[in-house]
Amino acid sequence: MSIAKRQFDAVVVGAGGSGLRAALQLSESNLKVAVLSKVFPTRSHTVAAQGGVAASLGNDGEDNWHWHMFDTVKGSDYLGDQDAIEFMCRKANEAVYELEHFGMPFDRTPDGRIYQRPFGGQTRNYGEGPVKRSCAAADRTGHAMLHTLYQRNVRAHTQFFVEWMALDLIRDQSGDVLGVVAMEMETGEVMILQAKATLLATGGAGRIYSASTNAFINTGDGLGMAARAGIPLEDMEFWQFHPTGVAGAGVLITEGVRGEGGFLLNKNGERFMERYAPTVKDLASRDVVSRAMATEIKEGRGAGKDGEYILLKLDHLGADVIDKRLPGIREIAMKFANVDCTKDPIPVVPTCHYQMGGVPTNIHGQVYTLDNGAEKVVRGLYAAGECSCVSVHGANRLGTNSLLDLLVFGKSAAEQVVRDIAGDKAHKDLPKDATDRPLGRLARLDGATSGESVAEVGAEMRRTMQLHCGVFRFPDSLAEGVRKMLAVAERVKRTFTKDKSKVFNTARIEALELDNLVETAVSSMISATARQESRGAHDRSDFPNRDDVNWMKHTFWSKDGNRLEYKAVKLKPLTVETFQPKARVY
Amino acid sequence: MADLDRIRWHCRRGLLELDIILDRFNRQHLAILAPDQLEQFKELLELDDNHLLDLILERESLAEARLQPMLQMLKAA
Repeated sequence: MSIAKRQFDAVVVGAGGSGLRAALQLSESNLKVAVLSKVFPTRSHTVAAQGGVAASLGNDGEDNWHWHMFDTVKGSDYLGDQDAIEFMCRKANEAVYELEHFGMPFDRTPDGRIYQRPFGGQTRNYGEGPVKRSCAAADRTGHAMLHTLYQRNVRAHTQFFVEWMALDLIRDQSGDVLGVVAMEMETGEVMILQAKATLLATGGAGRIYSASTNAFINTGDGLGMAARAGIPLEDMEFWQFHPTGVAGAGVLITEGVRGEGGFLLNKNGERFMERYAPTVKDLASRDVVSRAMATEIKEGRGAGKDGEYILLKLDHLGADVIDKRLPGIREIAMKFANVDCTKDPIPVVPTCHYQMGGVPTNIHGQVYTLDNGAEKVVRGLYAAGECSCVSVHGANRLGTNSLLDLLVFGKSAAEQVVRDIAGDKAHKDLPKDATDRPLGRLARLDGATSGESVAEVGAEMRRTMQLHCGVFRFPDSLAEGVRKMLAVAERVKRTFTKDKSKVFNTARIEALELDNLVETAVSSMISATARQESRGAHDRSDFPNRDDVNWMKHTFWSKDGNRLEYKAVKLKPLTVETFQPKARVY
Repeated sequence: MADLDRIRWHCRRGLLELDIILDRFNRQHLAILAPDQLEQFKELLELDDNHLLDLILERESLAEARLQPMLQMLKAA
């Protein structure tokens, strides 16, 4: 069977913030760029980002990139690579001013500068007190960013392949990546997009958990493609949980509810955060609140029929305050929890929110594998944003650093692409087996007359992650989780869909997405089981402390034999002194 | 049929809130919508994620009376 082929200088997979930022840089460098996206670009999950983008502009009080760097290193619980963190924090102002120049409608101060507000974990003078570092466009920062970048890309003649799903990377004998094989959803047509550079910008895979704030499209497609192509995934044990997702739905209840005076209760009506964080109580950092909630649930003080959730009380604020200061919360509570929050508390649980790990990259967005512990760049492959691990977030991400990450490293990766392919006149020849893997996957699905239900296996995967690899991790439970997840992975190989049509066959797409999700889930389960310490978002009952002697290193999981390797954290920044590890207290 | 499949995919959004509401709506109504209702639903799906969610959560109101009945169905989903 012959397959259509098109050639580009660069193919970007994913059209959220990082993909659009990268594509813009590539197009403006006069490269021929294709961007693939499963959904219309402005419907990418970046649209959900509300908080803002961090930059030490110092528009309202003194600030500088070194303070920002300190906060990010400390926030990462010292697992972040300090070269990458310095790079990101130093580039932040430029990244924000560029966006401003592109027409991003940032909030303004009365004298016309970019308005900045405080955000958790962002401090002045190395932890002394809050600093105003977040640049926002109302509570629509991600939305405004996507629209701004999309418009610029249209102007720069970036070619979009909307409603196309990348299936697999093309990697030749010498390990170079030469493009992707992708499928157009409208027709089911498969095509080779041959490229001198392939950039993964597919976002996170938060849908591996039952309780997730992520949109349905966040299925870790780049992670799955990388894993199948023999590229390791880094630090996949680190997932950030948001304390207040609506139980059973995942929808976020903003931290603003607690900021305005709402608080958490267990089934006995006790305001338990007073025990865990006596001074800041319900306003402690996300991981502290999530752990306290998980402890209450684990020790039998959760509310609900099965004691499975915590109650978020805000009725005492009164309907007027709720409507005025927390617009939309009443409707969200009603719609997703069936609760009138002016009368009753909202049932909430800690909910998977952000993936700190991902495809390993250096500060230039180049993807690498490990060769006897040393970084070996994969020629032709780049990654940026949540799907990548550079690693600036380490074991825990600070709010407003994710939008910064995707801007800085989206651009940086694109600049590296431009440098790398400057001398390449022609495309490298494709290997004979370029399409074997993706076509094999499709042929198996299309030929299956019976097998496992995608919905059921997917639900089992999500339950297993939730139960065995959640906020708290226990040794026996992790071991059982690995066994269950390996069984899930076997079942995923036998998925079956009744509908064999080629046109917008959502069932078929979901089966292909599950192939990607399960790689993420297996890597997370196995990486978490191996890491014998507690650090940032990874909390082990049997190893309750951070262990800087043995575990100040990044995990690399490879699909082949579920092999694990490690690489030391880069403690040396680019130009400044190392921030030595200290206890992470706020 | 192919049209419904296309609509189903267009219900995949950037916001989880919309994914959930549209999924509920599709299960309840999609297969039995009249042709004019289907056209109205498609029009609403063309809106930006945040705008559509604001309409559903009543943070904004819809200028076009024509689409009101379909929006009411979405709100009730």
